[in-house]
Amino acid sequence: MALLSKSHPSFAVDIFQNEYLADGAREVSAIVTVTATGGGTAARSAAPADGGGSTDAAVVIMVDCSGSMDYPSEKMRNAREATAKAIDTLRDGVAFAVVAGTHEANEIYPANGSLAVASEDTRAQAKQALRKLKASGGTAIGTWLTMADKLFNSRADIAIRHGILLTDGRNEHEKPGDLQRVLDRVTGKFTVDCRGVGTDWEVAELRKIASTLLGTVDIVAESSGLAEDFRTMMENAMGKQVADVALRVWTPANAVVKYVKQVAPAVEDLTERRAEAGPRAGDYPTGSWGDESRDYHVCIEVPSAAVGNEMLAARISLVLPKPDGSTEVLSQGLVKAVWTDDLASSTRISPQVAHYTGQAELADSIQEGLEAHRAGDLDRATAKLGAAVRIAHETGNDGTFKLLQKVVDVVDPKEGTVRFRKNVSEADSMTLETRSTKTVRVKK
Amino acid sequence: MPQQTVCPNCAEPLDQEDVFCEACGLSLLPPELVEPPTAEPPATEPPAAARPACVHCAAAEVADDGYCEACGGVQPRPRDHQERSLSGVAGVTDRGLRHHRNEDAFTVAATTLPGGAPAVVAVVCDGVSSSARPDEASAAAVDAASESLLTALEQGREPAAAMRHSIAVAARAVAALARDGANPPGRSLNAPACTYVSAVYAAGLVTIGWVGDTRAYWVPDDRAGAEPYRLTEDDSWAARVVAAGLMGEAEAYADPRAHAITGWLGADAEEIDPHTISFTPHVPGVLLVCTDGLWNYAEAATDLAEVVPADARTDPLGAAQTLVKFAVAAGGHDNITVAVLPITPLVETDEDHAPTLLDLPVVPHSATS
Repeated sequence: MALLSKSHPSFAVDIFQNEYLADGAREVSAIVTVTATGGGTAARSAAPADGGGSTDAAVVIMVDCSGSMDYPSEKMRNAREATAKAIDTLRDGVAFAVVAGTHEANEIYPANGSLAVASEDTRAQAKQALRKLKASGGTAIGTWLTMADKLFNSRADIAIRHGILLTDGRNEHEKPGDLQRVLDRVTGKFTVDCRGVGTDWEVAELRKIASTLLGTVDIVAESSGLAEDFRTMMENAMGKQVADVALRVWTPANAVVKYVKQVAPAVEDLTERRAEAGPRAGDYPTGSWGDESRDYHVCIEVPSAAVGNEMLAARISLVLPKPDGSTEVLSQGLVKAVWTDDLASSTRISPQVAHYTGQAELADSIQEGLEAHRAGDLDRATAKLGAAVRIAHETGNDGTFKLLQKVVDVVDPKEGTVRFRKNVSEADSMTLETRSTKTVRVKK
Repeated sequence: MPQQTVCPNCAEPLDQEDVFCEACGLSLLPPELVEPPTAEPPATEPPAAARPACVHCAAAEVADDGYCEACGGVQPRPRDHQERSLSGVAGVTDRGLRHHRNEDAFTVAATTLPGGAPAVVAVVCDGVSSSARPDEASAAAVDAASESLLTALEQGREPAAAMRHSIAVAARAVAALARDGANPPGRSLNAPACTYVSAVYAAGLVTIGWVGDTRAYWVPDDRAGAEPYRLTEDDSWAARVVAAGLMGEAEAYADPRAHAITGWLGADAEEIDPHTISFTPHVPGVLLVCTDGLWNYAEAATDLAEVVPADARTDPLGAAQTLVKFAVAAGGHDNITVAVLPITPLVETDEDHAPTLLDLPVVPHSATS
């Protein structure tokens, strides 16, 4: 049976840190690189061979059909085409559905309260049904997510559940508290990638949905770019082989976890997402994995010890919940603390820790700079974006550097001297804000 | 609970509300208060006596990787303190107080020459702290050198030649570590490296070989009649400037660069220059081979000799223990290793002659054979 023969990728954990602390020092920082290999590609190539393919994943596409999607009218047309592209990318056997989102959620396909199973026939039927995507009504994203949750629940046997959510506007037709309640309810049940088309949507709002549901957020300023973006998103979703993986952080008695952040491919603070997992251990959700590599920054405050002592500051494991309620440890790494009076050892900074500390500062500087700009504080905005330019230049984050150049004129990248450009387009400013959290890895 | 005023582990003064010692992290609460008993069924618990409790917090949960499941403290490792004793040679190594692991390694061994005469061997190596995996470097050097030395002696090779050959074998073993792909990720440390000293006493002849600043000393039983003597010349910055006449000894050893070594075993050593010397002792005494963790606290042979117990020759293990305890008490700043080889001359000493012989500066052995 396909479900039983399915193998998940193997995980490797590498720890990068300087474990040496000066006398009296208590803070231990480490970069945890998690690499999953051997799952995604193997399963994808195997899918056509076993005929109908295996139903190991489910995808619900939520398309904004609010009235504004008709202004300009090609927005709705492009959204339909993009959804068709995404449907074409569905692997045989994957369960799927299409939902039209307005101030309420409407099933478009298969429209029977459940999910269809991808095949040549169902893909064709689904694309036929897309003409029912018509713009009229408001925007209440909470109702879309509630519908997705209901559809996923019709197939409790499927572990990998992923949503694709497209919107062009603010969540105007429900209270923020209503959306929050829905997010609280569906967190951990499925992951969602969010896309904002045009420039009338709220970056912070969509980022919150994507962060909570462990997916990505991006802007598609021109709706003509949607089709390619949807295809890529669906391809990524098809590559996922294992869901609900958590980063388990054990720390010794009297230690404090200061923060746990994903730092590559994008900055995502997981500190508040901790779920207690036995004595002195907590699980931080990482969502689903295909063949990929991510980096995490873990910062622990340990009780101080005398020079010459060694302590385990954290034991980092990748864990997978099993049906019987226990957890499988996929891989493990150790973060250590060693107290020394050798200054050369204790003052050395791990290049990885330094790099990602900079990348997190880059994201914060951009977000704070744009916020200051919106508030009319041009001095603060210039200073913050100047700092961002300096870090992006220093660390070779060319993607972010180019986005910054569309908002500020760079006078001196080394010093971070910048001037705000006149007539910055809303699209450029929103693109910079949306992608501010994207990081680059340490140069080898 | 009785109020403690100082930490029972490290004597740090304590405040009344302290739960852990500020200095060493020792838990000051009874273990059951630190770890409230869980409601889990006891059936799944391993028997409490299965594992020794944590040496730091006394919690009975130590993971397989040697870290306490409660306080995270590392448990004592086998290499932290080791003692070995054979008839004719003994050695002790200790982590000391200020280093988190023991990067010294040593071995003592005995064999017989083809003619049936006994031979004893001691090898002591000190991992270079600024290199990667110094603990593995010293262990690899000791293993490779002792194996090579014993084999050569059993085959009847001349000790000085055997010594030079073993140093070359040890150097290759340490250099190979740099290429085994096991260096920790994300570090730009030097290649694994260590210093080296070894001694052979066979058929009445003492042979010493060394690279770096690990040392050998000769300490006669009768210290009034014969001077203790340092047998090795460090491969160090201080030794070089003194030898070149650029500084006096006191000035050179007070310089911050004094202990920078100029010779070591490792992939990045430019050229291994193994030094050897041989001599025939004519009075009874002991030979010490040791790391700088010991001699830093008694650099001059006469100072070190004062710490060597009078009965060192008959109780070499006791002497090694005494020397290590002395260095720990003096601060234990580095790892400490010393091997003690009792020397009892084969021929009864000619009373008039022997002290003179031993007072002669030792001439480096010519590289023949």
